[in-house]
Amino acid sequence: MHIKQELTERHVLTLTVDNEAGTLARIAGMFTSRGYNIDSLTVADISEDHTTSRITIVTKGPPPVIDQIIAQCERLIPVHKVTDLTEAGPHVERELALVKVHGTGDQRVEAMRLADIYRARVIDATVNSFIFEITGGPEKIDTFVRLMREVGLVEVGRTGIVGLMRGADAS
Amino acid sequence: MPEKSGAEILIDTLVEQGVDTVFGYPGGAVLPIYDALFQQKKIKHILVRHEAGAAHSAEGYARATGKPGVVLVTSGPGATNAVTGIADAFMDSIPLIVLTGQVATNLIGSDAFQEADTVGITRHCSKHNYLVKDPAELATVVREAFAIATKGRPGPVVIDIPKNVQVATASTDVKRPPRSRFTYASEADYAEINRAIELIANAKAPILYTGGGIINSGPAASEALRELAELTGAPVTSTLMGLGAYPASGEAWLGMLGMHGTYEANMAMNQCDVMVCLGARFDDRVTGRLDAFSPKSVKIHVDIDRSSMNKTVRVDLPIVADVGMAMRQMIDVWKGRKYKKQPLDEWWSRIAGWRAVDCLSYPGSAQEIMPQYAIERLFEATKDKAPIITTEVGQHQMWAAQHFHFDAPNKWLTSGGLGTMGYGLPAAIGAQMGHPDALVIDIAGEASIQMNIQEMATATQYRLPVKVFILNNEWMGMVRQWQELTYESRYSESYSDSLPDFVALAEAYGWKGIRCDDPAKLDDAIAEMLAHDGPVMFDCRVHKTSNCFPMIPSGAAHTDMILNADQVSGTMDDEAKALV
Ligand SMILES: Cc1ncc(C[n+]2csc(CCOP(=O)(O)OP(=O)(O)O)c2C)c(N)n1
Ligand SMILES: [Mg+2]
Repeated sequence: MHIKQELTERHVLTLTVDNEAGTLARIAGMFTSRGYNIDSLTVADISEDHTTSRITIVTKGPPPVIDQIIAQCERLIPVHKVTDLTEAGPHVERELALVKVHGTGDQRVEAMRLADIYRARVIDATVNSFIFEITGGPEKIDTFVRLMREVGLVEVGRTGIVGLMRGADAS
Repeated sequence: MPEKSGAEILIDTLVEQGVDTVFGYPGGAVLPIYDALFQQKKIKHILVRHEAGAAHSAEGYARATGKPGVVLVTSGPGATNAVTGIADAFMDSIPLIVLTGQVATNLIGSDAFQEADTVGITRHCSKHNYLVKDPAELATVVREAFAIATKGRPGPVVIDIPKNVQVATASTDVKRPPRSRFTYASEADYAEINRAIELIANAKAPILYTGGGIINSGPAASEALRELAELTGAPVTSTLMGLGAYPASGEAWLGMLGMHGTYEANMAMNQCDVMVCLGARFDDRVTGRLDAFSPKSVKIHVDIDRSSMNKTVRVDLPIVADVGMAMRQMIDVWKGRKYKKQPLDEWWSRIAGWRAVDCLSYPGSAQEIMPQYAIERLFEATKDKAPIITTEVGQHQMWAAQHFHFDAPNKWLTSGGLGTMGYGLPAAIGAQMGHPDALVIDIAGEASIQMNIQEMATATQYRLPVKVFILNNEWMGMVRQWQELTYESRYSESYSDSLPDFVALAEAYGWKGIRCDDPAKLDDAIAEMLAHDGPVMFDCRVHKTSNCFPMIPSGAAHTDMILNADQVSGTMDDEAKALV
């Protein structure tokens, strides 16, 4: 007997949650305990009185599982609202990455040239290294990181995705 | 401003929430609360003998009374011992408030004596949990916890209270109102109710598939179910958790469905054209093989918890609502439209054919007590006394579900979702606390009863006349049955060796002990048990190798029921072996 695999879809969910101890553990733990995937998760306080946070989760699963994930999130007491940005329609996704490269001579010139094309900013430099700051959709960052591998990538830090619906309404 | 200690605030708030009984066990981290309890009279504390007993007793109390059960245990081992009961209540949607002591806030995280990460451990087996760091927050948290435990789909809520928070004082004036942090369904949308009624009214082969949600919704929901069944003329089946919502003596009753359900219930589920699932959740014990589950039916699902919708079975009409209210709305619409009961003659005649199989029949014996016979006789002897029945887990539990019949809700207390051996005795104690005059019987197995046997002392201490009726087959019968079905009868560790003398044990605890192994003497022995005004342990020596049928083996379709032992092949493929 072999374990069966199912076809999955990628979805970006945003959750409005009470900003209190344990909320993040509750959500992240629910994903693990029910066997759901988390590709990335970001969280930050978004209200003036610090009572509410927004969590953005990128997850993968077959459509019925995505439905279950949303319902299970909604079932958690500190979760007020869940929006499936992928379902909801046009939305923007952004991520920030810091990318450190090491190199001299042509390699260094090439790194700068590529950074320029990708609108990455230099935020630290030594004679043989750079740190670039880049924002964009996940694919753009993936591509940029792949290119940097060829010109001396040392390490990468990524924030994970935040997303909002396009247009005037709140998600 | 008047100030009170956290412990006093806690007690006051419990009283305000209507609590009169707490099941608990003391320890270092709850001493301030125990001292506050000592100085008041409104709350009665029941001292259990193990914290698992406290949690299951509170479950039994909640299930039998409809009120939330309250548990009080110390930090570390006290809390971890209660975890099984918390997980059990979570699976079966039982409202519990579990108060756990914790080390002082300044010691949390330091591996202090009897420190355990209680909120971490219980996070995913409770509906919600709290660590309270300020006595001024306690009253609000407790109020919120009661609302969360009882509203919507009920469940256990854990409140972890560090010792210094119990001692420190806070003003009793500041009342931050509990936040309304959750919404829960109540009434259904009328458009959905209308659609449901149209589907039911036009069905040729409808079925009402009911579950524990109806019990949780309250007695009015059971009333509504009876009326709905009467109006529509549809047959009714129920999950293990829903027994009693529709009377077993009712005409439309098909018996329980699922793995050990009746042939007629499972066949009707398989062949129906409209399935109305009311407060049940398409559990794997109920559906069997998913791709063969009720292939021809349009499915309506009424549940208070949206996450139950489409979780395992895709339904055509999900209705998120309190099942009692939704049924009431269905009745109103049905009557409003002046619908008549459908002549479902053809459907009922097919059902009669399935009923004729007489799937619960079993081989009789004049020499030995057949376990099914024991349940039948117990039922006959007690049915006029409206008993509350609890069970442990195993064959005896399924035989009780099959052969004991319930006509009212809140009379059947069993561990369904988690399947916890050791549930029955403490649950019986809790039920008896809630209903001092009721006849409460734990139908037990000789293996399961040993898992919380220490609670016998609790019954003795509080003079609770619970009866424990052990179907003693000297085997972990359910395990042995699966080994016969799947592993060619290799009986790996399923024999109940070195059993205690249950009669002597009963006497040692101050109970009455009765033993019976003769079918001819069984009725008299049961009468003797019922006549005794105190706790009784009844060691009913039954036929040792009986198995529980009918049975849908794991992963099989409803139509592939094993009706009796001759149909057992002795082994299964790996796919089936991998299923629980
Ligand atoms: C706490 C716990 N451990 C293990 C099991 C697995 N299990 C299910 S039934 C059973 C045997 C129960 O034996 P007994 O109480 O004698 O009941 P019988 O099946 O013989 O009626 C076991 C071990 C369980 N359900 N719960
Ligand atoms: Mg046994």
